[in-house]
Amino acid sequence: MVTYIIRRLIAAVLMLVVVSIVTFSIFFVVPRLAGVTATDFANRYVGSKGATAETVVALADKLGFNDPLTVQYGRWVKGIVAGSDFDTGASIEHCPAPCFGYSFITKTPVWPELLDRLPVTVSLAIGASVIWLVAGVSTGVLSALRRGSFFDRAAMGVALAGVSLPIFFTGMMSLVFFSYKLGITAPGRSYTSFVDDPVRWAYNLILPWITLAFLYAAVYARLTRAGMLETMGEDYIRTARAKGLREPTVIVKHGLRGALTPIITIFGMDVGLLLGGAILTETTFSLPGLGKYAVQAISANDLPKIMGVTMLVAFFVVMANLLVDLLYAVVDPRVRLR
Amino acid sequence: MSFLELKDLRIHFPTDDGLVKSVDGLSFTLERGKTLGIVGESGSGKSVTSLGILGLHKGTRARISGEIWLDGEELVGAGVEHVRKLRGKKMAMIFQDPLSAMHPYYTVGNQIIEAYRIHHDVSKKVARKHAIDMLARVGIPQPDRRVDSYPHEFSGGMRQRAMIAMALCCDPELLIADEPTTALDVTVQAQILDLMRDLQRDFNAALIIITHDLGVVAELSDDILVMYGGKCIEYGSAEDIFERPEHPYSWGLLGSMPRLDREPTERLLPIQGSPPSLINVPPGCAFHPRCPYADRTAGRSQTEVPELLETHGGHRVRCHLPSDQRRGIWENEIKPNLEAS
Repeated sequence: MVTYIIRRLIAAVLMLVVVSIVTFSIFFVVPRLAGVTATDFANRYVGSKGATAETVVALADKLGFNDPLTVQYGRWVKGIVAGSDFDTGASIEHCPAPCFGYSFITKTPVWPELLDRLPVTVSLAIGASVIWLVAGVSTGVLSALRRGSFFDRAAMGVALAGVSLPIFFTGMMSLVFFSYKLGITAPGRSYTSFVDDPVRWAYNLILPWITLAFLYAAVYARLTRAGMLETMGEDYIRTARAKGLREPTVIVKHGLRGALTPIITIFGMDVGLLLGGAILTETTFSLPGLGKYAVQAISANDLPKIMGVTMLVAFFVVMANLLVDLLYAVVDPRVRLR
Repeated sequence: MSFLELKDLRIHFPTDDGLVKSVDGLSFTLERGKTLGIVGESGSGKSVTSLGILGLHKGTRARISGEIWLDGEELVGAGVEHVRKLRGKKMAMIFQDPLSAMHPYYTVGNQIIEAYRIHHDVSKKVARKHAIDMLARVGIPQPDRRVDSYPHEFSGGMRQRAMIAMALCCDPELLIADEPTTALDVTVQAQILDLMRDLQRDFNAALIIITHDLGVVAELSDDILVMYGGKCIEYGSAEDIFERPEHPYSWGLLGSMPRLDREPTERLLPIQGSPPSLINVPPGCAFHPRCPYADRTAGRSQTEVPELLETHGGHRVRCHLPSDQRRGIWENEIKPNLEAS
């Protein structure tokens, strides 16, 4: 068990290194191969200020765009691990580790901004995931047990709608209906920190939670239903019944337990991805989270920010996967041997 | 009254293609300490019968009629919850493939403890002690360590022993073993059969062995019931069935059994054709399309369902051929063939 955990941990670190190389390559190597020069890179930072050609060339040199790519990559990684200093022209800004770079457009280091946005995204992701896990799995179980019934058909119909309808549609519709027409939920752009007022926090987030959870619950209901239909036909279910166990015990302890493994996998991935920002939900409800931050960074062509968010998402996904692998060993004892 | 008595048990499943008559009018009795072997091909209704006795068709789409009397209690009409409480305690079952019949995510001990505690109000510690005792009883070495193993960490034979321990943990009075040795190596099969015989003697349980393997029933059974197309077609003592079988299907079963005392060059004598569809059971005698003697019944085989009639001393046969003619065929045509070869 211990070696299993250590192996998984090493794999997770290696994965992060690979992700950092790929991320760096996407933003610095690939454009180079496509013919973008160091001067073009520097040009982004001066933007439309109308700098002379000499200033831009000098800036490219100063920002290190002329250094070999490996040096640039090393500098970027060193910043994340040990921190670094940035010459903003007016002063030298120190950026402590983990330093994901400094945005010359907004003249701010990236990491504190990410930290600032993180609670919003975490609140959104955790709340929504609890709702969709409970709703999706219980719907799936009931559907499987009453296969072909009215409930099953209705639930699967709703699930199909859930998978098909995009967030910006369901989100908009629910905002219009519940917030603006009925006035029972908070309007967009509402966010209160959990620390400040937990009740307000939940009230403001309930609509985004449900909207986001609807999409995922649909997927989970279908997955759970398929898994339950399979496990409830297994021989060990018949054994459990033959032992005289009560039907709820048979369903939950023996049936659901067997169907849970694929659900844990996809749940880890989904939550990991969401922690990096639910772009559509945050945009629709104007929540100041990582997803909205990413959209703004992309629109502004702000490289350090985009790379910062990308690395953070990657970190969450890798961590979520690590957690899933460890959970696997707990859920399925046969995994430990491998 | 007998300990277990089935009266005209019918278990039918409505499907889109028609009504599947898996069990169609089955009756037999069984006493404590005795063993009944139920023999037949796949799809003859053996397993459905056993699940029916345990009440596992309740609440499904199956249509069940007839009577099952267990120790003076009728089970077909009994409530779901009532039968559930009897399951595992009064009657228990051993399944064919212990790898798929045990839950892969729980330790063997946990599964036995679970079976014990559902019927006994004891602490986990007491139940665990009992589980270890049961594992020791069925011959698992180092039971205090193996109790914490998972089913996949056991060998096939050990798993089946654990399965038996699980079935016997509540001291059931009726034990049904559905193909208990089919998934095992031949060397292990004999051990498991020995174990079952010993345990049955110790526990004085009524035992039903369901199998397609005549060798297994020969080893253990007092009485044998041969099933075909959901019906009993021959019933008698083990001696009746092996020494003087009267149904052509039973002859076929004996003929297709490999025997050591037969010349290796001789071929087996298989039954031609395949088992009947349980939706469209052939009219008349269900076996007539495969029966080499059907033409000797003057067409009755094709039109009339034969009755299960007693020939002598509890030996019952469902066949249109007159009894003395059947005995003649067995003595003069079948038996010499089996023995000569």
